[in-house]
Amino acid sequence: MIALLMRDLRLAFRAGGGFGLGLAFFLILAVLVPLGIGPEPQTLARIAPGILWVGALLACLLSLDRIFALDFEDGSLDLLATAPVPLEGAVSMKALAHWLTTGLPLVLISPVLGLLLFLPGEAYLWLIVSLALGTPALSVIGTFGAALTVGLKRGGLLLSLLVLPLYIPTLVFGAEVVSRGAMGLAVDTPLALLAGITAGAVAILPFASAHVLRINLR
Amino acid sequence: MGLNVRDLACARGGLAMLEGVSFSISPGAALVLRGPNGCGKTTLLRTLAGLQPAFGGEVDCPPEAIAYAAHADGLKATLSVSENLQFWAAIYGTRDIDTALEQMNLRALAGRAAQNLSAGQKRRLGLARLMVTGRPIWVLDEPTVSLDVASVALFGDVVRHHLASGGMAVIATHIDLGLPEAEILDLSRFKARLPEFGVGDFNEAFL
Repeated sequence: MIALLMRDLRLAFRAGGGFGLGLAFFLILAVLVPLGIGPEPQTLARIAPGILWVGALLACLLSLDRIFALDFEDGSLDLLATAPVPLEGAVSMKALAHWLTTGLPLVLISPVLGLLLFLPGEAYLWLIVSLALGTPALSVIGTFGAALTVGLKRGGLLLSLLVLPLYIPTLVFGAEVVSRGAMGLAVDTPLALLAGITAGAVAILPFASAHVLRINLR
Repeated sequence: MGLNVRDLACARGGLAMLEGVSFSISPGAALVLRGPNGCGKTTLLRTLAGLQPAFGGEVDCPPEAIAYAAHADGLKATLSVSENLQFWAAIYGTRDIDTALEQMNLRALAGRAAQNLSAGQKRRLGLARLMVTGRPIWVLDEPTVSLDVASVALFGDVVRHHLASGGMAVIATHIDLGLPEAEILDLSRFKARLPEFGVGDFNEAFL
């Protein structure tokens, strides 16, 4: 399974692998919002937590359909399903690889983009913490969506429609953590709920995704 | 040990394609499947590989014994030949990729990215993958597509070598692999009769 993770990471970094797609999107969004809204620091500071979270979410969504579609097209998904690796493990590794190439870079670059949006100083810590806790859920839920739509021609639209509602709790609580942090309020409750969603998704969804994949490969 | 299939029925899209397929292979033997296009060869092979459940009957073999090779080779275009093989070797828990490179005549191409291979070379790499699985039963779907005459002979030798070391093979193919000892099974004999829908069955079709 480590071999699968290493292969996916290597593929992501090679030409045409899609690494940086989400990152570039996130960057463009954070640069364009001040241009569109206007440069008043108070306005930007107020909407910064929401913008940054929505941006991270959409950036994650952008690369979801690659998780299984490429493997399905070249036949490696069939071969992986007949390999001695449990499919649940393979799915988890795929989700982990997606997080390492999409979610983690977003977490690391978010403070810089916070600066562009005049995010108040107290909120930086909570921005990083909430993204670090929330983006794994985005990857795992997205992997489930990708498993559901694998094999469908042009499944990207259906994938977005299926996955976006499932992303909403993470978005609500993640953005709430950052806005409360920015106002200097206690963040315990939304942070606990955010962590709970991630823990639940990581625990349950790989099994659901593997089952769905088996059905889709028939 | 061996592969025993009894009264197997396979379905595609919920309709039976084949029924009553029975055969058994013992170590060292090969079975060649023949039949017109669309008669269910791939469906049968996917059922054997465990990718889809049997519609009826049973397949009796150790679950960890089968290595499946489909129409698609499962290669990653941006990985080199040896990286592709190393990945599958690691997945199957084996280490040696040199024998496979040597036997499929891929040694000179080991460092080349899979996207720069010709169709026949890709196919040879896909078949080399079978050798690194270390599994005894090979289930092959049209293995010789896009191979030239020399490569077909090369592949015939590889299969014969695999059989001589106690392996087994089920091969769907239209051309002669040079395996005179292989048993031939014509699948058109097992074509399933389509169920006749009467008026009474009409609503059941939607349940």
